[in-house]
Amino acid sequence: MYITFEHVNKSFGTFKASDDVSFGIEKGKLVALLGPSGSGKTTILRMLAGLEHQDNGNITINGQIVNDQSVQERGIGFVFQSYALFPYYTVHDNIAYGMKVRKKSRQEIGQKVEELLQLVGLPGLGNRFPSQLSGGQRQRVAFARALAIEPQVLLLDEPFAAIDAKVRKELRRWLKEMIEQVGITSIFVTHDQDEAVEVADEIIVTNEGRVEQMGTPIEIYKNPKTPFVAQFIGESVLLPDYSYTKLNGFHTYEGADRAAVRPEFVKVIPEGTKPRYPLACQDGVVTHTAFRGNSTELTIDVDGLSLKAEHPVDDMIRKGDKVKVMVSRLYAFDENNAYTLINDVLKSSDMYYI
Amino acid sequence: MEKQKNSGILLRIVGSGIVTWILLLLIWKFGSLFYSDDFLPGPLVTVKGAAALIADGTLANDILYSLGRVLKGWILGLVFAIPVGLCVGYFKWIGKIFEPFLNFFRFVPAIGFITLFLLWFGVGETSKVALIFYAVIFPVMVNTIAGVRSVDQSLVEASESLGAGKAKTFFSVILPSAVPNIFTGVRLGLSGAIICIVAAEMLAASEGIGYLIYTSRLYYRTDWIFTGIFTLGLIGLLADKLIRLIGNKFLYRFGVR
Repeated sequence: MYITFEHVNKSFGTFKASDDVSFGIEKGKLVALLGPSGSGKTTILRMLAGLEHQDNGNITINGQIVNDQSVQERGIGFVFQSYALFPYYTVHDNIAYGMKVRKKSRQEIGQKVEELLQLVGLPGLGNRFPSQLSGGQRQRVAFARALAIEPQVLLLDEPFAAIDAKVRKELRRWLKEMIEQVGITSIFVTHDQDEAVEVADEIIVTNEGRVEQMGTPIEIYKNPKTPFVAQFIGESVLLPDYSYTKLNGFHTYEGADRAAVRPEFVKVIPEGTKPRYPLACQDGVVTHTAFRGNSTELTIDVDGLSLKAEHPVDDMIRKGDKVKVMVSRLYAFDENNAYTLINDVLKSSDMYYI
Repeated sequence: MEKQKNSGILLRIVGSGIVTWILLLLIWKFGSLFYSDDFLPGPLVTVKGAAALIADGTLANDILYSLGRVLKGWILGLVFAIPVGLCVGYFKWIGKIFEPFLNFFRFVPAIGFITLFLLWFGVGETSKVALIFYAVIFPVMVNTIAGVRSVDQSLVEASESLGAGKAKTFFSVILPSAVPNIFTGVRLGLSGAIICIVAAEMLAASEGIGYLIYTSRLYYRTDWIFTGIFTLGLIGLLADKLIRLIGNKFLYRFGVR
């Protein structure tokens, strides 16, 4: 493992920002720290950078314990949420800053800055000031500035938070390609699961200062290990008190009293259409519809349970319509563990779909 | 369309302040009709009086004296207050020692020290420069300290994560970020200096604008008093314009507008 956290704790007063955090990251990986605000993801990033120091536990980079190293000694590239570009320096001087600190020659600096500007797609903008750039361009400059010191690790704090939605998507792809091209071990913080799933090789889900689960986006999505992850990923509906056993094809599982159901697990079959798995279906009434552009979000009452489903827009379903509902899978959980349950009817019929 | 264009021009004229001044002159003139020239001289009388002061060189001489004192005290004040302010703002323990003292004396106006300074430094130039120095350092220090403390912490962290030590970060991040606040202090310091030089010259001087205003009452030359007052306003206005122009030209990149 290239980067490791071993039982790291950090408190700010009575607030526990990191609670026995342990994980390892392989060299060259692009990792997302995903969690709601206040879950301790930024603290992990800042401790790794040396901007914050843990109360106890070890942090290692490349096999070396870095606990006592200052932020300057660690030489980690950090891209700040608000970019933190020096407003009184030109783009060139911003990027050159770290190299000037390292007393590189003028010529070397000039050459490297040009290279980096080329790399981030801003050639010829070296003489601009940050205020003369768009949000996306500033982000690229911040990225170039962090790379200029040839860091062993690149950390990005909410790299897309301050950018409008349209540019954000473009920038996500750009960042992923850029990091692959440079081949640097990178960690970024985000509260947006789409972002984490799309960009990262691996995701670390945090909650209340703890690491809930670490894995590839598919693992996290398909097999949530803890109640928190089961609810946090996707737009889940929570079913308390064993009520999930009311759904056709599901039975009580090992004391798991609650369950989370994602809209994509709920299939809605309009009245009059013949369902493929009649035994897995049950009756429901649409209580609410919301147009989502490429789909309609339906809220359906099934035997007193309120489920959410996504449905194609062409199929006109209105509030009050009677429909057939089939739940293909759900996540049942107790206090500590989450289990993936698959509809019995589907299981026995050899068909397997999500 | 034509009407809109006209109102645009009208707005520009009003905006330039000319209308305000014409109005003021008219009111002044109107008011002066009811009183003798000794009590409230009209604009014309004042201009005539000013012309006499300009012709015999008194006004120029007084302006030079006052400006010389202001500049000396102001520059000395800046040279002292900016570095001290930076230290007080940056080093926590210096701040802790210095600030109670600062917070006490900044509420004591310079004018309160006139007699004391006369006693200590004599009636010569030193006491006046010292007084201005005193008047200048507080606004400059308070603003410099505020500037240092309001530095965006993420800039400091960015600098450190790029490998910069404390000293480099101070000169490359904290100082430049504090420039707009320091500049505000510099401007306030200058207006403070002008206010206090007049008071000082009224009490103990044989030249300067304050002296002109104060002694004119002995000859019932109210028009000269008015001349002095206008000169003060004009000097302040021009000096501030000049500083802002310089700030805008050389400190624009630091956010000085």
